Amino acid sequence: MSTLPLPDIWPALPEMVLAAAAMALLILGAWRGESSTRLVSWLAIGVLVLVLFIVAGGASERRVGFYGMFVTDAFAVFMKALVLIGSAVTILIGMRHNEEQGIARFEFPVLVLLATAGMMVMVSANDLITLYVGLELQNLALYVVASFNRDSARSSEAGLKYFVLGALSSGMLLYGASLVYGFAGTTAFDDLTTLMTGAARVETGVLVGLVFVVVGLAFKVSAVPFHMWTPDVYEGAPTPVSAFFAVAPKLAALALFIRFMIAPFGPLIAEWRQVIIFLSIASMVLGAVAAIAQENIKRLMAYSSIGHVGYALIGLAAGTADGIRGVLVYLAIYLFMTLGSWTVILCMRRSGRMLESISDLAGLSQSQPGLALALAIFMFALSGIPPTAGFFAKFYVFLAAINAQLAGLAVIGVVTSVVSAFYYLRVVKVMYFDEPFGAFDRPISAELKGVLLVTAVVTLFFFLFPGPIVGGAEAAAAALFAR
Amino acid sequence: MSHWPLLSLVTFLPLVGTTFILAARGDAAVVARNARNIALWTALVDFALSLLLWVQFDPNTADFQFVERTDWVTLGGFQFTYHMGIDGISLFFVLLSTLLTLLSIVSAWEVIQLRVKEFMIAFLVLETLMVGIFCALDFVLFYMFFESVLIPMFLIIGIWGGSNRIYSAFKFFLYTLLGSVLMLLAVIAVYFETGTTDITVALTHSFPAGLQRWLWLAFFASFAVKVPMWPVHTWLPDAHVEAPTAGSVILAGILLKLGGYGFLRFSLPMFPLASSYFTPLIFALSAIAVIYTSLVALAQIDMKKLIAYSSIAHMGFVTMGTFAVTSEAVQGAMIQMLSHGLVSGALFLCVGVLYDRLHTHEIMRFGGLIERMPAYAFVLMVFTLAAVGLPGTSGFVGEFLILLGTFKVSTIECALAATALFLGPAYMLYLYRRVIFGTIARADLRGMLDLSLREKAIFAPLLILVLWMGLYPNSFLRPIQVSVDHLVQQVNAATDAAGLRRASLP
Repeated sequence: MSTLPLPDIWPALPEMVLAAAAMALLILGAWRGESSTRLVSWLAIGVLVLVLFIVAGGASERRVGFYGMFVTDAFAVFMKALVLIGSAVTILIGMRHNEEQGIARFEFPVLVLLATAGMMVMVSANDLITLYVGLELQNLALYVVASFNRDSARSSEAGLKYFVLGALSSGMLLYGASLVYGFAGTTAFDDLTTLMTGAARVETGVLVGLVFVVVGLAFKVSAVPFHMWTPDVYEGAPTPVSAFFAVAPKLAALALFIRFMIAPFGPLIAEWRQVIIFLSIASMVLGAVAAIAQENIKRLMAYSSIGHVGYALIGLAAGTADGIRGVLVYLAIYLFMTLGSWTVILCMRRSGRMLESISDLAGLSQSQPGLALALAIFMFALSGIPPTAGFFAKFYVFLAAINAQLAGLAVIGVVTSVVSAFYYLRVVKVMYFDEPFGAFDRPISAELKGVLLVTAVVTLFFFLFPGPIVGGAEAAAAALFAR
Repeated sequence: MSHWPLLSLVTFLPLVGTTFILAARGDAAVVARNARNIALWTALVDFALSLLLWVQFDPNTADFQFVERTDWVTLGGFQFTYHMGIDGISLFFVLLSTLLTLLSIVSAWEVIQLRVKEFMIAFLVLETLMVGIFCALDFVLFYMFFESVLIPMFLIIGIWGGSNRIYSAFKFFLYTLLGSVLMLLAVIAVYFETGTTDITVALTHSFPAGLQRWLWLAFFASFAVKVPMWPVHTWLPDAHVEAPTAGSVILAGILLKLGGYGFLRFSLPMFPLASSYFTPLIFALSAIAVIYTSLVALAQIDMKKLIAYSSIAHMGFVTMGTFAVTSEAVQGAMIQMLSHGLVSGALFLCVGVLYDRLHTHEIMRFGGLIERMPAYAFVLMVFTLAAVGLPGTSGFVGEFLILLGTFKVSTIECALAATALFLGPAYMLYLYRRVIFGTIARADLRGMLDLSLREKAIFAPLLILVLWMGLYPNSFLRPIQVSVDHLVQQVNAATDAAGLRRASLP
């Protein structure tokens, strides 16, 4: 009887550390009770930082493990680093908020850790099975996190909505994956690549499967027309959770999206490009137009994130190393400006009550100039005005689009960015032009101040030191096209 | 040639000033006083440094001078550099920026009492960005300066503006943004065509004729809004009426010049064939701008709006002269832009003087001011006459050279534009008569004080410059001339080579 050799498990070391740590913290929390929430949170942040070091310190050349089902390369390192930063900052900014809102439970950091482990598996997926396992690990944790404020009807509704639509999209994805398997005969990305490269003609079934998988992924990244859950979930979930949703899962899903399209199905770009272009245009247009009428800043940010996915998809539509570099630069910058914006939203509190209306920001530039300046920087960055980082984010994707002969897409992109500038400017207008309404609660905690300072500085002064992000993105994109 | 990075110093000194203003602590009155003083000294030193540029400028070459070049981003085949330099075309725009910023800060000394610190910061940041635009020799750098200007200007209009300021600020921002983003795509296309973002390389690169037209249109979208040309001018009257006086001065003095500068710096040398192809379009729009906006100006009841419309008419001259591409016309366009920068800035300051005293710019509220404000009446008269192009003022030199140069290319266009020679005086003198002459009809006009010492100090340099440029334009033409001739030759050589002998337009 022949036994399979033990698989090479070392490429998954960071994921294993993370999962084990999550279990340990769960036990610690269960043993010490609710009073340990803060300890568990700090430990969770420590774990994420540790894992970040393991990921960044590890070799960035391509390694596969688990019989080819799991892959790490420069691309995975880059995206995992972004995801880990997003998760760590979420726990950091959520800690005090949860205590003040009376929803501090040690399960929150543990769930975030588990979701993060799922995201890292997604980023490293090299097989349809791995893809699905990672996705579901992430999703199950996120469903719970969305309804974390269990006494609030809105939060519960958000969780339920996310669950139902998430399950639907997972179903679609699974159906597509089964079609791909049925027609191609394999679930491994490497085998699929070989098949697609050599094939003179592609089975229609594979294409149909591909489209279904794309639909499932489009749900996860909230690209139009699969975006409906986003505003409701962002609005209903507790604010730190919304911040989390806006960043880490989106980055992970986009990473998965990119790897899935480029690695196994790269040769089919002529077939899938039109789908991506459609998703991109629809997202940009809806993100720009629908946000105009929003009064609630969390909904505004939801539509904004939909629009940003559209811009990121421009780079994917280009399908070149340039394009992927553009997407990665975009995502890295998006991480900083979005986290910063959500941190400001977390500061919107009067006598302990959270505020969500844009008009609550009135006159902030006079009552709290620092906070107003930070949010203004993020708003100008989100609308892509230089010299902020947001400009470079858009610049790199448009660069790729023009190079890939997608000038029409680029023109639509810049026009919608002007439309969306309107509602970002409206936030600036409310803060700077309107009469003051009264300050928010003070003091702002040290964690929030720190996060605000770092994100604002990165967003504003990116142009001085673009090297680390652009260089990292360049290497990551190259790794994806290396074979 | 000095070894100091003079251009960077002129560009970024105002930013150093802002950090000092930010550091100012204490109670509100102290902070405001410190902010004013720091801003004044920064602007003064910056202006002095920019004068050094003029002194050291070598007028015998069309090359870029004071060049600075440092690698900025060098990654994977895509690199941009920090590359600065000026030639005869950009030199005086730098000086104009530093001068007008200085005067704006002085003009806002007592008027702005609300959020003084932020106001001064906004102006100094604006100065850095404006100077940067005229010095940048790398497309990415240029574009960053070019579009960043919108942020401080948006805040200046929106915070310190009039009653309808929010609408105007948004209109200004979105209008100009829409133009610029199309240019961004064209810049990217230029990069892929030339393989670099270096402007000096792009200026000598010959682009394929088909591509030229598209790129020209994209650049045109941006610059036409900035100039502004009819029919995309509608943001300007709104922005001017609502902006505070200092904001109007910068808007009319510098920001409108960005369009004209862009045409001269990019559209003509990079896309000579397309420029030649689209010349009839430019001529038509310019003629409409001159005649139509002059007539509109005639009907205005708001002083600021009237001057805003007159700006559009004057800039119509500039675009016409630029695309006539004869040495005289282009030099005229340059002088006209400088002259307009000084004159319209001064006129807005004149309106500001009245606004500070009576808080209105409605023409009908005034009359008979000559009795109470003789010095003011004199100042306003000089600038009114300069605006209509009376010989001996700067306005005459620009308009005359443009008409002279355009006449060689198209007689009809020249004749159409020449209507401005009587339409201009019509609305300007009509304005002057209604405000200065007549009898004092209202009690509050009797209490009007004449120009204060501070106000005289603002107008004196402008007055001297307007007359200097009018009486001895050679001081200004000499540095411009070589660069302009080089540009005109380059464009004509390209059109000749393509067999596109400039069709003599009717």
